[in-house]
Amino acid sequence: MVEVPIPKEKWSGKIGAVKLGASPAEGGSRQTVEVGGEAGMPFLSYEGLGKRQLLAGEVIDDPSQLTELAARAFGDAVKDPAAWAKRWVDGFHADLVCLKLRSTNPEGMNASPEEAAKTVIAVLKAVSVPIIVYGCGQEEKDAKVMEAVSNACAKERVLLGQAEETAYKTISAAAMSNHHALVAFSNLDINLAKQMNILLADFGVKFDNVVMDPLMAGLGMGLEYSYSVNERIRIAALMGDRMLQAPMLCDITSSWEAREATEENAQWGEAEERGTWWEATTGLAALMSGADVLVVRSPRSMNVLREAIDDLRGGQ
Amino acid sequence: MPTAIEIFKYLPKKNCGKCNFPTCLAFAMQLANSKAKLADCPFVTDEAKAKLEASSAPPIRLVSIGAGDAKIEIGDETELYRHDKKFFHQTRYAIVISDNADEKEAAAKLKRAADLRFERVGQMLAMDMLGVRNDSGDKAKFAAMVARVAGESALPLVLMSDDAEAIRAAASAAKLSRPLIYAASESNWQTMASAAKELKFPLAVKHSELNGLADLVEKIRASGVEDIVLDLCPSGLQQLVERNTIVRKNAVKKTFRGLGYPIVTNACGSGQAVLMALVSTMKYGGIVLLDDLDPAHAIPLFVLRQNIYTDPQVPIQVKAGLYPINNPGEDSPVLFTTNFSLTYFTVAADIEKSRVPAWLLVVDTEGLSVMTAFSAGKMTAESVAEALRSSGALEKSRREMVIIPGMLSRMSGKLQELAGVKVVVGPRESSGIAKMLRSL
Ligand code: B12
Ligand code: SF4
Repeated sequence: MVEVPIPKEKWSGKIGAVKLGASPAEGGSRQTVEVGGEAGMPFLSYEGLGKRQLLAGEVIDDPSQLTELAARAFGDAVKDPAAWAKRWVDGFHADLVCLKLRSTNPEGMNASPEEAAKTVIAVLKAVSVPIIVYGCGQEEKDAKVMEAVSNACAKERVLLGQAEETAYKTISAAAMSNHHALVAFSNLDINLAKQMNILLADFGVKFDNVVMDPLMAGLGMGLEYSYSVNERIRIAALMGDRMLQAPMLCDITSSWEAREATEENAQWGEAEERGTWWEATTGLAALMSGADVLVVRSPRSMNVLREAIDDLRGGQ
Repeated sequence: MPTAIEIFKYLPKKNCGKCNFPTCLAFAMQLANSKAKLADCPFVTDEAKAKLEASSAPPIRLVSIGAGDAKIEIGDETELYRHDKKFFHQTRYAIVISDNADEKEAAAKLKRAADLRFERVGQMLAMDMLGVRNDSGDKAKFAAMVARVAGESALPLVLMSDDAEAIRAAASAAKLSRPLIYAASESNWQTMASAAKELKFPLAVKHSELNGLADLVEKIRASGVEDIVLDLCPSGLQQLVERNTIVRKNAVKKTFRGLGYPIVTNACGSGQAVLMALVSTMKYGGIVLLDDLDPAHAIPLFVLRQNIYTDPQVPIQVKAGLYPINNPGEDSPVLFTTNFSLTYFTVAADIEKSRVPAWLLVVDTEGLSVMTAFSAGKMTAESVAEALRSSGALEKSRREMVIIPGMLSRMSGKLQELAGVKVVVGPRESSGIAKMLRSL
C-alpha cells in the first residue's frame, strides 16, 4: 500500500490570540471571545486550526450611504444603532458588532465625541457580545471621538479602530489607558503592515492588544492583491516574524460597492442573491488567505459565511 | 528539468561527438537548458530515456480535454501560492445533465450552459464544460443523451458512468473529442482503464482515501493510461482544502510524485456546491462538476477565478491612447482615465450608456487604478498634459477643455496651467458620468 505523506510544514511561529470583551468578573458586562491563535495555514487541521473565525455585523450610525439591498433585512432598525445591533445578535447570531460612527464626520452630520460615546453605550447595552468601534475616517475628529469612546466604556475591552501610519498616537493612548484592543490598519502591503505593528510596539502597545487590518479589497476590485498580501503576511508570521503575528481583521462590506454586485441585469440573476454572494465570496477569499475576523454588511452573506466556517473547520 | 549532472549520469559517456557536441557532459549541459534533444544521441538506452523523461516531467501532468476553441487544459501547475509566480491553468466548471432528464430539463441545462457568458474587463467569462451522467443505468439511453449534448454544444464533455460499456456506447454513438471519462474506481478500474486506453480519452480516478487513490492510480498508470485526473472525494469543505493542498504540495515540492495530476471535484448533490466551487477555485481545483449554476452565483464565481488567476506581476491593462466613443467629432469633449482595464472598461461603459459622443484618453499608469496611480506618482498633472499633447486629443476635440476623474480634483489647477485648457472636475464615481455629459 502506498503511503501518501502529509506535507505538514514545521512552522516556527504562531499567531497570537487577542481577547475581546470583558466579563462581569473583569468589570465588564459581556461575553468574551478570543481571536487568532493559528499555528498553520488556514483550515489545515493537521497544522493547527486556532480559534474560530468570527463574524462581526456592521452597524452605521448614519446609514444614508448604505446599500439598501444589503441591509433590507433590518428594516427600520437601521435608524437606530442599538436596535440594529440587537437584530444582528438576536436575529442573525453575529459573534461581534462593528459600530461605525459615520455621524461624526465634520463634513456630514458632525456629531460630537460625547454624542458618539452615547451611541456606543447604547449599543453596548443592547447586546452582550464584544464590539468593534470605528470613527468616520477623518483623522483629527477620530482622535477626539476615540478618546471619548475609550473613556465612556472603560471596562468593556472594545476593539478600537483604527491606528494608521499617519495617525496612531492618540488612538493608541486611548486604547492603552483603558485596556482596549486596537486595529492596526495598513494599505495592502506587507511591509506597511509590519511597519504599523512596529510603530505600535515602539509606542508601548502590547501585542496581545493588536488586531491588524491589511485592507481587504472586494471581489473584482483588487481582491487578488489582498488575497496575496494576506497570505504573505500569514506565511511570514508563521515563519517567525514576531511583528506580523497579530490576528487579521478584514472588512468586506465594500464588496457591495462593486457595480456587478447589485446592478439590475436580466441575464445576471437576482440582484440581492448576487450581492449576497459577492460579499460572501470576498469573505471566503479573506478567510482562505488568513482572516480571523470579518466585518459583514448583509445577514444573508453572514449566514453563508458561518456555514462555510463551520464546514471549513470540520464542524468544530 | 533535471540538472546537467543528473542527465550526464544517464548518458553513454563515449564522448564520440555524434550529438554534435564534443563530449557527453557538453551535451548534458545543452539538454539541461533545453537547447538539445535527447534523441540526438544515438546511443542512449531505452531505460535511460524512460528515467530521464520521468524526472523531467512537470510535477503535475497537463491534461487537455475537448478540442478546438473550447478545448481546456488543466494541471501543469508549479506553485503553492499565486504570489510565488502565478497559477497557470484556471479551474473549470461543468454543468451536469442526467440521462434521465426529460426534454425540458435537458434543453434548459443546455441553454443555461450556453447563456452563462459574461464579458468583464475585456475577457469573456463562461461555462467551460458539460457533463452527462448515466443515472438510468441504461447504456443506450446514456449514449443517446451524450450524442444529443455533443450535437448541440461544442463544450468539452465529461462522461459520467461507472460502466465502461456505457462509455464505449457513447463513444460509438457520436464523434467525441477527447471527453473526460468519470470515473474509474476500485471496483471497475480494469474495464475503465482499457476503455480509456483504447478510446484515447483522459480518465478520472476516484477513491475515498488518498492512500487508496495513490494505489489505484499506480495500477491504472501501469496499465498504460497516462492522462489521469484525480477525484479526492472530499466529504466537505475542510477535506476539500486539506486533500487538495496535500496533493498539490506533495507534487510541487516533489515529496511524493504518485499523485501529480489535476483534480476534479464532484459537487453534484451537495448543498454547498457553490462554496465547493469557490474553495476549489482558490485551492488547486482543476474541474468542478455542478448540477446547475444560477447566474447570481456564476458571476461572483467567475470573477473570483479571474481575480485569482490574474498574473500577480501584470495587472490586466488596455493600450494607452485616444479612444472614440459614440462617434465623437470636433465638438465632443475629452475625458481621461487610466489604462487599468477595470477602470477603463467601467468608464468606457458609462460613457457608452450616456450615448453622448466623447473622446476618452487613456493615460499609461502601468495598469494602476486612479487613486493607486495618483498615490504612486504614476499619474501626475505632467503625465496627463503630456498624454493630451502626444495623443492629439486637443486637435481632435476643439472644446478647449478636459474632464478629469472626481478623485483627482487636486490636480486641476496644475493641469489647467500645463495643458492650457479648461479643466472640469467630473464625478468621483463613473456612474455619474452620463448625467454630467448630458448637462454639459
Ligand atoms: C487594489 C488596490 C491597489 C493595488 C493596485 C491595483 C491596481 N491595478 O490599480 C495595489 C496593491 C498594487 C495598490 C498599491 C497601492 N495603493 Co492601492 N488600492 C487598491 C484598492 C483596494 C482598489 C483600487 C481599485 O481597483 N479601484 C477600482 C477602480 C475601477 O477605481 P478607479 O480607478 O478609481 O475608477 C473609478 C473612479 O475613479 C471613476 N473614474 C475613473 N476614471 C475616471 C474618469 C473620469 C473622467 C471620471 C469622471 C471618473 C473616473 O470611475 C471608476 C469607477 O467608479 C483601493 C481602495 C479602494 N477600495 O478603492 C486602494 C487605494 C487606491 N490605494 C491606495 C494607496 C495609498 C496605495 C499605495 C500608494 C500604498 C501602498 N500600499 O504602497 C500603493 C501604490 C502602488 C504602487 N505601485 O506603488 C489608497 C489611495 C489613498 C489616497 N486617497 O490617495 C487607496 C484609496 C486605499 C486607501 N483607502 O487608502 N493598491
Ligand atoms: S552522441 Fe551520445 S555518446 Fe556521443 S558524445 Fe554525444 S552524448 Fe556522448
